[in-house]
Amino acid sequence: MNSLAQRFSNNGPLAQIGKATSLVSEDDDFSDAAWGSEAGFGSVAKGVPTFTVPNVPDPTAFLRLHTDDHADPSCRIKIQHGTTTLAFRFQGGVIVAVDSRATAGSYIASGTVKKVIEINPYLLGTMAGGAADCQYWETYLGMHCRLHELRNKERISVSAASKFLSNLVYSYKGMGLSMGTMICGWDKTGPAIFYVDSDGTRLKGDLFSVGSGSTFAYGVLDQGYRWDLTDAEAQELGRRSIYAAGHRDAFSGNTVNLYHVKEHGWDFIGNYDVNKLHYDGPGDVAGSPGHGYGYDVRTVGLSSANPPAAAASA
Amino acid sequence: MVSMTQQPHQQAFNPYTENGGTILAIAGADFTVIAGDTRQSEGYNIQTRYAPKVFKLTDKAVLAVNGFAADGNMFVKKVKQRLEWYRHAHAKDMPIRSIARLIQTMLYARRFFPYYVYNILGGIEEDGTGAVYSFDPVGSYEREACRAAGAAQALVQPFLDNQIYFKNQTPAPGTVFPQHLPLATVLSIVIDSFTGATERHIEVGDGLEMYIVLSNSSPTLQDLQGLRGVEEVTSTNDGERVFIVRRELKKD
Repeated sequence: MNSLAQRFSNNGPLAQIGKATSLVSEDDDFSDAAWGSEAGFGSVAKGVPTFTVPNVPDPTAFLRLHTDDHADPSCRIKIQHGTTTLAFRFQGGVIVAVDSRATAGSYIASGTVKKVIEINPYLLGTMAGGAADCQYWETYLGMHCRLHELRNKERISVSAASKFLSNLVYSYKGMGLSMGTMICGWDKTGPAIFYVDSDGTRLKGDLFSVGSGSTFAYGVLDQGYRWDLTDAEAQELGRRSIYAAGHRDAFSGNTVNLYHVKEHGWDFIGNYDVNKLHYDGPGDVAGSPGHGYGYDVRTVGLSSANPPAAAASA
Repeated sequence: MVSMTQQPHQQAFNPYTENGGTILAIAGADFTVIAGDTRQSEGYNIQTRYAPKVFKLTDKAVLAVNGFAADGNMFVKKVKQRLEWYRHAHAKDMPIRSIARLIQTMLYARRFFPYYVYNILGGIEEDGTGAVYSFDPVGSYEREACRAAGAAQALVQPFLDNQIYFKNQTPAPGTVFPQHLPLATVLSIVIDSFTGATERHIEVGDGLEMYIVLSNSSPTLQDLQGLRGVEEVTSTNDGERVFIVRRELKKD
């Protein structure tokens, strides 16, 4: 962290020393750990990894010029964007549901992205914003959660884990990191959700949705949410909310990934194709309405080919 | 006298260019094919008709790089260097899932000065299955069954979705689509992808290099026997085997 700040200040005494050493030796990037198997994370106990920064007066302006900023489609390096993620707390634990679409401009770069990052068996992180930023820093968070366990002989609280992440991204504020994440888990205090983003915001709450499709998800989520939802009802609400976002937001879709966090840790509930949800529904699962979310409700009873259920069975 | 109002102005630092070309990888049950064309261009100029974009890292891993060629070559060089250090430290080749994580950390170390490179890593997993890992320029990655990247990504990927994932196809009554395709089928899909991309994209053409990584004692070896111009490039003799097949593409 400090080494990065030093590289950025170009008049401090440390920066002067840094420049002098970089002139003396070209050999820089590698710690001794790089020679072994620690694969670049070897410095984890000693501090955060070091980053290469372009040697220009304003490195962040350089990054902004060359990487995707949504507003400028002409830039070369496209970073994957666009998402709907949600998490809510209820009587039975935490439900986490996300879509799986990654877009670069208007191109669908992938329809199979894992936007729930399994930090450890009790902690989940969600991915919105820069895919690499979320993947990398939440993996890094997972390593520090493990170190916390080894040092303190107990699991890290969701609060402490999320604060570690928010302090970390805050130290890079203004440098172009882009992440909006929900850290979800179960600790001594029970189920917990913290929203953390790259601006440094950290909020504790019962219900969050993040990403370009969040408004659509909130619409369904807010009208169906109660604290005393059953497990089946809660899972169905998560599924139905991401479906709504996938249906109305062009930057979200493909499939829904659903997780349920309980006292014993998280369970992966399932993966559901948004298109299948529209026509056929989620199939034979807990909370399933037994029909499609979108098609039947729009067509049943409107023609002799789609008679109302009562008439069809008569 | 020089005007005092004149501001010193600075040239924008623009270290990137785009060198065209396309890469592609498809995983089978016990093999992986990693391919790329060999044209390198800048704007409308063809710089060379033979600049490899696909590189053998170990006997079980092959890396394809696309985007800015200078960054790509430097990146491959650094990955190979790290793999050599690993070999010296552990007397074995790094497993492909670890190479994938290594590539993530190496790309993310340049988060604020990115390599303008799209990477596709293909090879054999420790359990003997074929694997493809695809990366964005700053290191987010995912294991997939197939992936196309580069200039003709938008032409090739939909073709792969249809032929590999059977998207928008319905199986004939009483049949199911296969989980994995045989090598002969995969190779013809790869060749068709590149001849198709060459027809419709100006930055794709000249030559095609396909690397085939076979798992240890794979029966798929027989499929390779009759193949025209197949060349083995394996370095050890008790593990996975690597082959190259080259084909010509149109040069206009």
